Amino acid sequence: MEDKDFGFGLSEEQSSMKDTVAKLIKSMVIGNPAHDMDEERKLHRDIIDKIWELGATVSMVPEEYGGYGMDYSPMMNAIFLEELAAGDMALAIAATLPSTFIYTILQMGTDEQKKKYLPLYCDPAYKTCTVAVNEPRFGFDAATLETKAAKNGEKYIINGKKCFVPMAKDSGHLLVAANADGKMDLFIVENGNPGLQIGEREKNLGLYALETYPVTLENCEVPADDRVGGDNGCDYGRFLQKTRIAMSAIGTGVSRASYEYAREYAKERVQFGEPIASRQAIAFMIAEMAYEVDAMRLMTWKATSALEAGREAKRESYLAKLYAGEMTMKLTDYGVQILGGHGFIRENPVERYYRNGRGITILEGMATV
Amino acid sequence: MINLEITQKMMDVKSGMNNMATGMLRPIARHYDEHEHEYPKELDMFRSIKIMSRPKKKKAGEEAKPEKPSAKKLGANLSMVIVIEEMCWGDLGLLLSLPNAGLGNAAIAAVATDEQMERFGEKWASMAITEPGSGSDSGSITARATLDGNEWVLDGEKIFVTCAERAEVAVIWATVDRSAGKAGIKSFVVEKGTPGFKLEKLEHKLGVRASDTGTYVLDECRIPKDNILGSAEVKQSTEGFKGAMKTFDNTRPLVASMALGVTRAALDFTREKIEESGVKLDYEKNPNNLSAMEKEFYLMEAHLEAMRLLTWRAAWMMDNGEFNNLEASMAKAKAGRYGTLICQKCCELLGPLGFSCENLAEKWMRDVKITDIFEGTGQIQHLIVARNVLGYSSKQLK
Repeated sequence: MEDKDFGFGLSEEQSSMKDTVAKLIKSMVIGNPAHDMDEERKLHRDIIDKIWELGATVSMVPEEYGGYGMDYSPMMNAIFLEELAAGDMALAIAATLPSTFIYTILQMGTDEQKKKYLPLYCDPAYKTCTVAVNEPRFGFDAATLETKAAKNGEKYIINGKKCFVPMAKDSGHLLVAANADGKMDLFIVENGNPGLQIGEREKNLGLYALETYPVTLENCEVPADDRVGGDNGCDYGRFLQKTRIAMSAIGTGVSRASYEYAREYAKERVQFGEPIASRQAIAFMIAEMAYEVDAMRLMTWKATSALEAGREAKRESYLAKLYAGEMTMKLTDYGVQILGGHGFIRENPVERYYRNGRGITILEGMATV
Repeated sequence: MINLEITQKMMDVKSGMNNMATGMLRPIARHYDEHEHEYPKELDMFRSIKIMSRPKKKKAGEEAKPEKPSAKKLGANLSMVIVIEEMCWGDLGLLLSLPNAGLGNAAIAAVATDEQMERFGEKWASMAITEPGSGSDSGSITARATLDGNEWVLDGEKIFVTCAERAEVAVIWATVDRSAGKAGIKSFVVEKGTPGFKLEKLEHKLGVRASDTGTYVLDECRIPKDNILGSAEVKQSTEGFKGAMKTFDNTRPLVASMALGVTRAALDFTREKIEESGVKLDYEKNPNNLSAMEKEFYLMEAHLEAMRLLTWRAAWMMDNGEFNNLEASMAKAKAGRYGTLICQKCCELLGPLGFSCENLAEKWMRDVKITDIFEGTGQIQHLIVARNVLGYSSKQLK
């Protein structure tokens, strides 16, 4: 084992990126914009463009494919996602959606796939591509898919149903997760493929601002060359690890938003002649929120550290997502509870965090580090 | 930069201590649980190890500067929390009984003058703060210290003193001026055998029975004037008391790591039984498709990981000379509470194996509870965290 120093401190590069994103989120997202996007059921494109302009998404892609050629760092991605999600979870998913497609192909695709697809999306302008992992059924497990890909000569025939496919309509390509003869894999499917039907926009519990669609694949033919990684497929387990870590980073961000809002509210809200925060019943909830947000972040960083060291993060990513899922539910619930009746009203963001946060345990493959 | 991958150095410390815990502590854990107040003579071999030493001699009044760990070097505090976790995986009660490693030793190492270090540095020192009427509110203690010529005269009663019988000296907290409140509280070193100083009784406890907990009574107990730790001057501020409280920023991560060790012991045993029953814990299935037992187990494992990361962060900050009052309390709040919940849950999952004294699981459930109580209860930790994040004083948030 090569020893790097053990430590909890952000590097200069990490903290300057964090500050830049936090500043942008504070000025453009938190408050009315996030509320409006949720009410309008629509993300504001100018915000997505602004985030894209930061370049964080494509910075780690080699220059030959249109990126800036910086070293790949899942830690930078995890920090980035938490900051975005602290502003708005729907936005965090939408703004980084191309990276899930890009990084998967960059790290697991064949040379031909990289040459063909990366330049399409590593562009100065944000262009949508997406990932289809979730399936609309009881007992869904991302590790055992029911969507099937059967090899037929130089083609794969894909059959199955997907749901919660973010921004499918606007996407040029979809990365579809399917079971290829017992091995879970990813296939690049072009939007417009006659075997691919994108249904009516879904109505969901949370993430009102994020367009998600059901997708049906009926005898959908894709060239064998579009199986990510070629004939032998890709390391789907690793793909899941990275998306799980991303979801825990997002959960940390959503929980933090709820914590910070509730904390400030509790200091201002006066009942019985003093701020409610000066009562232990409320103060102890706030204390718990404070250390659990930190714990979620550290769990995320722990799993990310394994990836950063080039190691498998199977156990760490599983535990991080499990923890973030449970804790996001608990903390976003606390957020609503501390605001009481006001927390139930859509004018305050805590109800949105509560709805969105439910997604952490349920949604798979919507973001990556 | 952020890197939470365990280094080879950390692994070496961990596995060395684990061998010791497996070979020396586990085998005698049950015996000393059943023979409360019997001194674990096997621990004598630790007497020569200087656990509470201090890096360099210092003059009175000079602050000890924590040495910043250089690259590739494991910080002293991070190293210590790893050591404690492993030893408590062996047995918490025995760890608390380690000779010359009492809280009193920590206090002496932190503030003693060279001359005091010479006199008391080699002696096992207990720490006596709590009184029948003063627990968490340690600013309200009533034990008195009165200066009479060249001697301090101590009067009062101290309870819940760890290593009360085994220690050779006791660090006693007493007030030199009740009207000065916290500013009047000082600590004094009293040697065993001093007339007027008596071990009144030993307690019978829920857990950590290997550790002797007792009551001291001080009745016109006279000690030399220079047995006071720190300055005798009563300042108009509470700086001195705050300084004493700051010691807790250092010891709280250690208590949190005690919870880590006991909790991991319980989880390891439970995992072993789950796997013996044919269930494979492979971190693969969607948590929604797991059995209740598997999901409980994974969740407990995740909580343990969270406890550990919060604890290691607080220790790492100390090693880097960062103020960690908030993070130390976060670590202890989480670890004490969840350690207790997890050890209870393990007994539940183990069923009859968890209720029988044939196994150690029931003992771990009793032992771990103390980590949510001593060095500040879980509630006190929540108060400290809440005051910190809200920016409230102790008057604004009582």
